[in-house]
Amino acid sequence: MSHWIILPVVLPAMLAPIIGFMMRHDIVLARVTSTVGAVLLLAISFVLVSMAMDGTTHIYRLGDWPAPFGIVLVLDRLSALMVLLTSVLALMVLLHAMATGWDDRGKHFHALFQFQLMGICGAFLTGDIFNLFVFFEILLIASYGLMIHSGGRERMRAGLQYVVMNLAGSTLFLFALGTLYASTGTLNIADLAAKIPLIPADEAGLVRVAAMLLMIVFAVKAALFPVQFWLPATYSNAPAPVAALFAIMTKVGAYAILRVHTVVFGPGVAGTEGMIDAWLFPAAIVTIALGAFGVLGAKRLMPLISFSVIGSMGTLLIAVAVFSPVATTAALYYMVHSTFAAACLFLIADLVVSRRSGDSLTPTFATVQNGLFAAIFFAAAIAMAGMPPLSGFLGKLLVLDALRGPDVIVWAWTAILVGSLLTIVGFARAGSALFWKSTAIPAPTSDMSAAIPNNNATVLQVAPVMLTLAVLVALSVFAGPVAAYLEQTSNQLFDRSGYISAVLAPVAEG
Amino acid sequence: MELLVASAIGTMTAGGVYLLLRLRTFPVILGLALLSYAVNVFLFSSGRLAIDMSPILSKYGEASYTDPLPQALVLTAIVISFGMTAVLVMISLGAFLESDTDSIDIDQADTDEDAAK
Repeated sequence: MSHWIILPVVLPAMLAPIIGFMMRHDIVLARVTSTVGAVLLLAISFVLVSMAMDGTTHIYRLGDWPAPFGIVLVLDRLSALMVLLTSVLALMVLLHAMATGWDDRGKHFHALFQFQLMGICGAFLTGDIFNLFVFFEILLIASYGLMIHSGGRERMRAGLQYVVMNLAGSTLFLFALGTLYASTGTLNIADLAAKIPLIPADEAGLVRVAAMLLMIVFAVKAALFPVQFWLPATYSNAPAPVAALFAIMTKVGAYAILRVHTVVFGPGVAGTEGMIDAWLFPAAIVTIALGAFGVLGAKRLMPLISFSVIGSMGTLLIAVAVFSPVATTAALYYMVHSTFAAACLFLIADLVVSRRSGDSLTPTFATVQNGLFAAIFFAAAIAMAGMPPLSGFLGKLLVLDALRGPDVIVWAWTAILVGSLLTIVGFARAGSALFWKSTAIPAPTSDMSAAIPNNNATVLQVAPVMLTLAVLVALSVFAGPVAAYLEQTSNQLFDRSGYISAVLAPVAEG
Repeated sequence: MELLVASAIGTMTAGGVYLLLRLRTFPVILGLALLSYAVNVFLFSSGRLAIDMSPILSKYGEASYTDPLPQALVLTAIVISFGMTAVLVMISLGAFLESDTDSIDIDQADTDEDAAK
């Protein structure tokens, strides 16, 4: 039993109160500590990936209680991948927030940021579904604070909607857990996976209810139709670095669907056979359409990016909905890609919007460094829309390739291809309004532009955006090795008996 | 007793959902509180309803005891929902003070006005 597994939870959990209580008046000290924490988390997640690389499922028993009785943390390839994804993204977002001064515009940014990381890493590592609820609440309560960071009228009201939406979701989660416990008598994921297939199909009514309730809860997190409506208002009103960090939050929902609905209610379980994909697939199609139309119709830049996030979640979940190892490999690749693509778009949008008067997509005079911003936005937009050469193209290609079954091909291919086209048009329209037409408008006289900052972006401010782009380039250059790792990951995910026997293995004496 | 507990959960949930749809902060907070009461009782009853039994397995006496796990779950859920309600009250107070309205909906006039700024 290796203690490395609990470190991604313990490290931010220790740092956050220290930053919150002892460094609240010293932004420099808080920045240094927070950065050190993020770098350490990155190092830890590399260790975890190397531990998981050999294909064993590592177990961490809290209090050394054996599995169905005590709470366990489980580290397999999928959890290691997600923790790595979180820590890389967190470091970039943190660098951006510090370079642009977002963290100094309100109180406790760094403490909340560390709590957020604790919740996200915990949700990825836990092997107990009630513990998953607890970590969801931790990441949500931190995200409430981050969402309304630095305040403002519109942001407070959007934040209120976000909080109410998620509190209702948490209540549903608890109802689902109660139903699940009443029908099986356990909440350990491996134990559930062992017990639920034993329930005959005609007695599995309560289990079906629980599976659907959990599905709705995770769909709220993953912004799946018809519970996606909170996302545009939240992401477009959140501080930009926070919106970039939230790119991983929707993936927490997707991860939970992958984990719970593959391992527990997975293929071959008599009680829930065919029910999950029957709902998930059409919902994902509508989500893609909504995202594409939203991108096409958005009047402002931040909602446009938010809708492109919804579209990417649809593409991701359409591959998840097939519940096969090949499609899951594609979904995982697309998940890694879309996280960084969305983060990159939010970060570059922040650099642009902070130098314009608002984020509406109407041409005004060009900002400083128009060419640089335009180039970065162009690269990020083609990544998000799924055009070559960046990893979005490969991701969508993998998803399309995985969805060649005769019953899914027409709907899936139409939705993804038409959705991509609409997204490209939407981004092209936004880009030309923001960067191209603006060059034709003469800069105003100095007294008019005094309110708008026209300082050049420093190297430090551009560096995090460049890093996210570099990750996208690396993802397409090293697509082969990455896909090989992801293929092993999804094979391990679908090896339910391996997971069950690893978690429920009797404790070795000594 | 099953009827009593079940109808109590049902009534509280119905009331909570109704209040949640009122789109004013104060009813919504009350609605979420009602929903969390309902879910707490629901969780409590998910370990079966038993009267006059301790949640501890007695070493000597009869082996009848009530399931202790839902009680632990409920305790966690109560603490979390209590904390969340406090956060929600503070955020809605902040939103009310910022915008002078307790409506949860953001209507078109608001966004236009904000975009024009």
